[in-house]
Order: sequence, then C-alpha cells, then structure tokens
Amino acid sequence: MSALDLDALLSRHGHDPTRLVQILRDVMAIQNRITPADITRLGLALNISRARVEGVTEFYAFLGTGPRGRFHVLFSDNITDEMAGSVALRKRLLDAFDVKLGEVSRDGLVSVGLTSCTGLCDQGPALLVNGVPIPRLTPARIGALAALMRAEVPIAEWPENLFPIHTHIYRKDLILDTPLAPGEGLAAAQALGPEASLSLLATADLRGRGGAGFSMATKLRMCRGAPGPTRVIVCNADEGEPGTFKDRVLLSDYADLVIEGMTAAAYLTGASLGFIYLRGEYPFLVPHLEAKLAERRKLGLLGVTFDIEIHMGAGAYVCGEESALIESLEGKRGIPRNRPPYPAISGYLGHPTAVNNVETLAASALILRHGADWWRSRGTSRSTGTKVHSVSGDVARPGIYEFPKGVEVREILDAAGAKNTRAVQVGGPSGVMLASNELHRRISMEEVPSAGALMVFDDSRDILQVVRNFTRFFAHESCGFCTPCRVGTTLVHQMTERLATGRGTRRDVKDLPRVAHIMRTASQCGLGHTAANPVLDALAKFRPTFEKVVALQEFLPLFDLDESLAPAREVTGREDEEAHLREEAP
Amino acid sequence: MSQTFIFDGHEIPFEAGQTVLMAAAAAGYYIPHLCYHPEFAPHGSCRVCVVKVNGRPTASCTWVARPGDVVENNTQELTDLRKNLVQFLFTEGNHFCPSCEQSGACKLQAVGYELGVLSPHFSPIYPDRPVDASHPDVLLDFNRCILCELCVRASSEVDKKSVFALSGRGLTKHLIVNAESGRLVDTDIEVTDKAMDVCPVGVILHKRRGFAVPIGERRYDRRPISEVDLEHQRTVREGGPL
Amino acid sequence: MTPNRTTPTAMTPTPKKKLRVATTSLAGCFGCHMSFLDIDERLLELLEHIELDRSPLTDIKHCGPCDIALIEGGLCNAENVHVLRELRKNCRVLVAVGACAINGGLPAQRNHLDVRDCLQTVYLTGKGVSRGFIPNDPELPLPLAKVHPLHDVVRVDYFLPGCPPSADTFWSFLSDIIAGRTPTLGHGLIHYD
Repeated sequence: MSALDLDALLSRHGHDPTRLVQILRDVMAIQNRITPADITRLGLALNISRARVEGVTEFYAFLGTGPRGRFHVLFSDNITDEMAGSVALRKRLLDAFDVKLGEVSRDGLVSVGLTSCTGLCDQGPALLVNGVPIPRLTPARIGALAALMRAEVPIAEWPENLFPIHTHIYRKDLILDTPLAPGEGLAAAQALGPEASLSLLATADLRGRGGAGFSMATKLRMCRGAPGPTRVIVCNADEGEPGTFKDRVLLSDYADLVIEGMTAAAYLTGASLGFIYLRGEYPFLVPHLEAKLAERRKLGLLGVTFDIEIHMGAGAYVCGEESALIESLEGKRGIPRNRPPYPAISGYLGHPTAVNNVETLAASALILRHGADWWRSRGTSRSTGTKVHSVSGDVARPGIYEFPKGVEVREILDAAGAKNTRAVQVGGPSGVMLASNELHRRISMEEVPSAGALMVFDDSRDILQVVRNFTRFFAHESCGFCTPCRVGTTLVHQMTERLATGRGTRRDVKDLPRVAHIMRTASQCGLGHTAANPVLDALAKFRPTFEKVVALQEFLPLFDLDESLAPAREVTGREDEEAHLREEAP
Repeated sequence: MSQTFIFDGHEIPFEAGQTVLMAAAAAGYYIPHLCYHPEFAPHGSCRVCVVKVNGRPTASCTWVARPGDVVENNTQELTDLRKNLVQFLFTEGNHFCPSCEQSGACKLQAVGYELGVLSPHFSPIYPDRPVDASHPDVLLDFNRCILCELCVRASSEVDKKSVFALSGRGLTKHLIVNAESGRLVDTDIEVTDKAMDVCPVGVILHKRRGFAVPIGERRYDRRPISEVDLEHQRTVREGGPL
Repeated sequence: MTPNRTTPTAMTPTPKKKLRVATTSLAGCFGCHMSFLDIDERLLELLEHIELDRSPLTDIKHCGPCDIALIEGGLCNAENVHVLRELRKNCRVLVAVGACAINGGLPAQRNHLDVRDCLQTVYLTGKGVSRGFIPNDPELPLPLAKVHPLHDVVRVDYFLPGCPPSADTFWSFLSDIIAGRTPTLGHGLIHYD
C-alpha cells in the first residue's frame, strides 16, 4: 500500500487512534490484507506502538496479516447454516477451486474459511465474500459465484439479485406495529422533562433486550448523574449471538425508531456523542442508516446538541459485551473491562456512557410517546411489554415474531410452523436449551430469559451435533483475556467433540460440569460464564442421547493411538501388525 | 476507627481504595495470585485470586473493599477452583519445569505447590510456541507465558517504551514484541528495563544468567510463596527497597 | 518395625499380607527409580510391607495381579503403550511417577516437531550420516506422533511429581498408601523439578 494512499485514508479518519478498527477495515477493503509494513506505518502515523496496531489486527476475525485470496470467502457456520446444507455447498466451492479450507488457492484467487453466525438465519445458508454477505445459497448460486470469481469480476459488478437481504415479519405487536413520526419520541420526552421521562421509563420497567435485562431507566439515570462534561449514548447493534437477527430487521425496517430512542436518551442524559456500533457482518445497512441520519440532521433532530456516528465492528462476538464494545470504539482489542466502574459512570474515553440494545432503544421511543400503561398492557408484572424474536431452524416460516413477554414457547413455534420439535435453543448458545417436554414454558426474565434468538431443531437433528457447533463457536470467540474462559472453552469443545464422535467416556461426562463450574464461577465476563451452558443443558435434558454414544469403557485414550503411529509407518514403510495399535476390548 | 470488612470470619481493616487482596495481605492473609504485582494496577486475568464477596465470586485483586463486605477465601470450593485454574495454565502452555531457568523462583510453580497441584489433570495441549533468542542479552521463551501482561504494563508505564503487547484472540492469544521483524533484537529493550524484572514465570530471561542460584536457595525453596509474597507486598506498601 | 525410629512417616505395623508392587520405566531415564532407591536402608523396612512383581529390580518380565503400579516415563512409542496397558489391567492402583509420566517431560519437548522430520534428520539427512536409512525392523517399536503423559491413555489414580520425586517424597507417599491414608505431600515434598 503506497504511502500516498495511507495518508489520504488517515486524513479521512482525522489521524485519530480511536478509529484504528475503522482504519484497518478500510485497509482490508482496499487490499484484503494488512501487511507488517502497513502496521509499522500506521503505528508511526497514529503515534501508537506498532505492537498495539498488530494486536488489534490479529484480534478481529475480519482483519488480518495473513494471505488471502483476491476473493476471501467466509461461510457462516451457525448450526442453522449447517442444517440448511452449508457443508455440502462449501465443499462444492472448495472443489471448484481445488483449495482446502483455510488456505489460498494456488493462483491466489480464492481463499475459503468459516465465520460465526452472520445474522441471516432466516435466509441461509449464507457467506461473506470480501465482507459482503450473500444469502440463500444453493448449488446454482455457488456455481454462479465460482464463475464470477474465476472471471475475476469485481464484486461491485456482480448481479444485483445475489445481494438483497429480505425481511420476513410474521407477527407484529407494540414495537413493530406502532407508527412514530421522526421527533415524536423526543418531543414527548421534552414535554415531560428529563425527571418525569425517566420515571415514566422506570414505571414501564423497560429492561434491556440484548440479553442482560438491565433496567434502562436506571442505566440512563446513572449516566445522567455521573460527573463529567461529556456523555455518550451507544446503540449496541453488534447482534453476534447465533440465531439472532431481530436487530438487523429493526435497523433495516425501523431505523427511525431506533434513532429516535437514541436521540431521546441523549436528551434525558445530556449526551452530546452518539454511536451506532454496527456489527461488521451488516455492511449492507450502512447506506440506509447514513441516509436516515442525514435526514434527521436536515430536520434539526441531530447535529445540534447531539450527533450520531456509525462505527463498524470487525468480527468479534465478544464486542457485544458493553465494556468490550467500548474498548472497540476506542480503537482497541475488544477485551471486557474490569467492572466496577460500570460504563454508565466511566465508559467511552472515561465519559459516562449508556450502552443500549437496538430493540431497547426502539421500545423506549414508543414508551415515551405512548406511556407506561400502554407498554404494560402486554407482558407480565415482572417482564413488561413485548419482545421481538428471530425464529429460525426447522420451521416453515423463519423470520421475526413479536410477542408479549410471558408467551409460551410453543405458541411461537406454532406461529412459525414448527413440527416434531425435539429441542429449542432460546437466547442463542449462551441461553437455554429446552427439550420438547418444556415448550409450555414462558419467555420472560423470571422464567426463560431470551435476548431474542429461537433456533428450532426437529427430531431429525442430532443434539450432539448442535452442542458441538455451539462449543466450537465459544472456543473461537473467547477473547482470551482470562484463564477459565480461554482454556475452558477449548477443553469443553474437545470433550464435546469426543462425545459427539463416539469417543467420549463417562469421565468426559463427569469433567464437563467441573469445567463449566470453573468457567461460570471465575470468568471475567458473561461469555465465559455462559459458554458451557449448551453442553450442560444437553447433558441434563438429553442424557440418554449421550448415554447412547458414551463408550462402555470407563476410560478411552484421548487420541487415536493407531492414527498416532501413521507418520512413523509412513517413513518406515511398515504395515505389519506391530506397526499398529488396536483398541482394547471393553 | 478504620473501616473493616469480614475476611474468612476475621474482621480486618482497610484503607479507602484498597482492594480485598491488598487489605488481606496487609492484615497478613495471603490470597494466591499470579497476574497481580503490587507495583502495578490490578489486571484480573489469571482469576486465581477469586474469592466470594457477599456470596458472589469475584477477583479479589480488582474488588475495592467496602465496609461490611463479607469475603470468603479459604474454602474448599475456592481452593479446588484455584487448583483447577493452575491446571488450566499447565495444560495450556509448555511448562517443563526441570529445564526452566525460572524454576524455584516461578510464581506459577510456587502457587501450584501451595495449592497441592500434582498433575495438569487435563490433556496437555503442547502448543507450538517460539523462542526468541535474537537479542544478545535477553531470551524470550514464549512456551511459559501465562498472559499476565505485566511485561506489557511495565514496558509501557515504567519504561515508557511499549516493547511488549498481546495479540490474537482466544487460545491463540500470545505475546508479541514491538518490531516489524517480530524479533526482540529489533526493539529498544534494555536489560535495565523494568519489563525485565516483572515476569512471574520464565518468559523474559537474562542471558548468561541461568541456574545461578543453587537448588535449596531459590526464592521459594525455603519458604512457601504465601510467606514470601506477603513480605514482598509489605515491602512495596511501606515503600522500602525492593 | 524398629521401635526407636523417629521419622514421623514411619510405616505402620507389619500386615499379614504384603502389597504387590510393579514398577517400570516407559520413556523414562530411570531417574525416578534411582531416586526411589535413595530411600537407602528404609528399603529394608519397606520390603516388610511390599513385594515386587514386574520391575527392573526383579527380573519378572510380565505383570501378574498387583496392588500398585509405579510408572515413570511417558508414552513415546507403541511398546510403551503395550506395557502401560498390561500394568493398568493387572494393577488396582496406578501411580504416574515423575514429570515424564505426568506431563510428557523431556521426551515431550519434541512435540512441536513432526516425528517424520525427526526420523529423517536423524537417520537420513543429518550431519555425518552416510548411507542412512530409517530402521524398519518389525521388532522395533514405532514412535507415536506425539509424546503423551499416561493419563492421556489410561486412568491414573495418583500422581507423584518431581524430576525426580525425592526419596522422602516416595517414602511419604508409600507410607500413606500402606497405612491406607489418602496421600498428601507437604511443602518441600512437592516439586515439579
């Protein structure tokens, strides 16, 4: 990358080191890799150590120094993609270019890898090519992509029909069915004044809808009351929990509501800075969101005392955790902070920062306009209002379903056309796995909490393969800061792999809860605390499934002994019986 | 009357801003830890110092003491947890004590002894980690790194240099140096840097200074780490020579 | 048992039936066996409580039913696995003795290398090798791709760390076992080097 290009790029970002992730994303967009020389130059130009730039580069999945093909293809490897046939489609592409997973084709044209759930579970399987999502893959589509790549057609010139992301909303309720003109939410808040507005939100008992369920009123109050000249409102649009795509739809079809919520929150806290932290897998939303922001600036709703900037993620699930998100906003690796202090007191660059989920912000705008009673007309006494769910997997109608809190899971499944359900993963892999005899249970904070994802598995599905997928996800996404999660997620994945491939023993079944306990007790953030949930739930609720494959032996070797002799057999040319190690009879 | 909190049933005093780990040490109670160093702000990555504060597990190195907090430290549950965390670390890296220059003065090893860890329990991962011998006076053996970031902090905050940083994510997270070549010799490290003194294990080593102290006289040979560490913390607290 | 012995970990009174003990070194240097013998004259007392089965100290080639197996050395080749299996099958309690048995030890330092490269360098391309060829006699055990600790292949009941564990460590451990106590090692007896 020539020095001239770099200067222009850095100028666009004001030579601001807090924009390092954005800068590196731009470098990737131009040349598909960040070279060690680039890293050195960036460090010098931004006046930070090159080691820090390198650290950031190697942290995010979408950035890297490694060689990539001209077309870098990442297949979404969520369980719903697998269920929809992504593995066979992937093989088709790998064969087309005679390349192995994780490698670059000999002509440097194509590299193929995996990426965590891209949030397109209602229209999968999906892949990203140079960061651009392509949904609804079929053998024909793969063939078309292969032809385009072989002909080295730039992605900007690819057929339009490959790209559109569709919205499927099957049930609307308070949030999705209540119109709100731009400025109405803010006007309502201004009419009441900050104190009364915050009381209203408290009475409505609006809880965070990103998974943590924290009271929005309390968070905004903490932020408002914290000392400091600057306050920040952040919309957490990282939506990395596999199976979740409700924020994607809210941002594509209800962006006004979300921005209204941010604007009102800014008024209530006295914030001047706003960020939408948008996950890197949703680049298609940027033009739309920028247009909405521009509209509001024209109307004087933004850009006077408060303005909003879009800041992109770069492929790191952990950045959905609010303090890791703030680190990422500051141009650093997404490592969760030690808390206290909480972000509402000391967040972005030390300023009081209120981080809220997309859906929470949308709901808040409507609540300010229509009141607490309106919100409380739905839901339970402890979980007020409605919840937007993204349903995918073995259902006839994957898409968005808004239901009051307290709805029975089976009601959602009926609406979505689920049949012969074996299990439902509520709230993503970090949530709860429900067996078919639990579908009467209700989704609420007090019963089965959910951030919105509902992945449905019918009785053709192997629960062990589901759990194996989830443990692989967490091992890949652990930020690596703390011992219990960094090592624990790998150990859990290894043990689950053994069980899922018929090499598990009762010792694995005993060790898993122990490792899970260590992670739950000692981890530094929610990722570590919940990463062992899927396998624990499965062990508890699908025990016979494990028992069917658990070995008769108390203990099996932890590696394939005969395979282990293969290299030596190769170089000595031996095939006699002593050159092999056979399994012992139970 | 200074403020107090309950620690394993004992009422102990604390000064405003002291963490549970620091206050406990001042009162003569050792909480096992690896990534904490009294001259640096707490880090919270090793999690060995986990205690229960009012029933909730939390790292004692980062929890600022509050009056009336009830802290459990010396319970079977927490001891088992700490043992497992040490086992995690032994499973993760390549910790071959018999040939390690830091053996006998190594915190990971000494905490293992203190807790009675006899084996890694899990299957060792045997990662492929490099050794950087490029520098004429300093050896870096990454096999032993426990990602405590003390070298990162020391180099940045005390030496004002930024020689070290962490890179990667998850199990592939690793220590890197501030040079395009990736080699230590191309950085501005010097043997007098604070970063040379803070590694709790055997990653950052002075060349030509291996096995200089006889077995039996090494830092943790005569006395367990629980005693040696309390003394070190007291020395730092009282501002004495280190 | 001599009544005036003052060692705190002296053995309990002589039982009617002695414990049968097998010992072996797999991919070990026999240092742990040497250290065990450093119990010196306490060996005489020990032999009032135990009998040795298969061991380098006897000449018994195959293990019969035993109470305890003391195994030093990790798993480096196929023969190590066969011996380990035999001892696990015949011994009620299996003790991994020393760094190599517990974490692979010194031989495991080759684990970041490809064993094929090792064999090729040593026998074919290395300095000073002429007309080299990689031995392939069926009598020779083939090396495993990686060196493993014992607990990767069989259930291990106790671990006795050290390189080697000191004689006092052995003594303390065996005294506990013989007395029926769960073994514990205090400061000074537990070390990894």
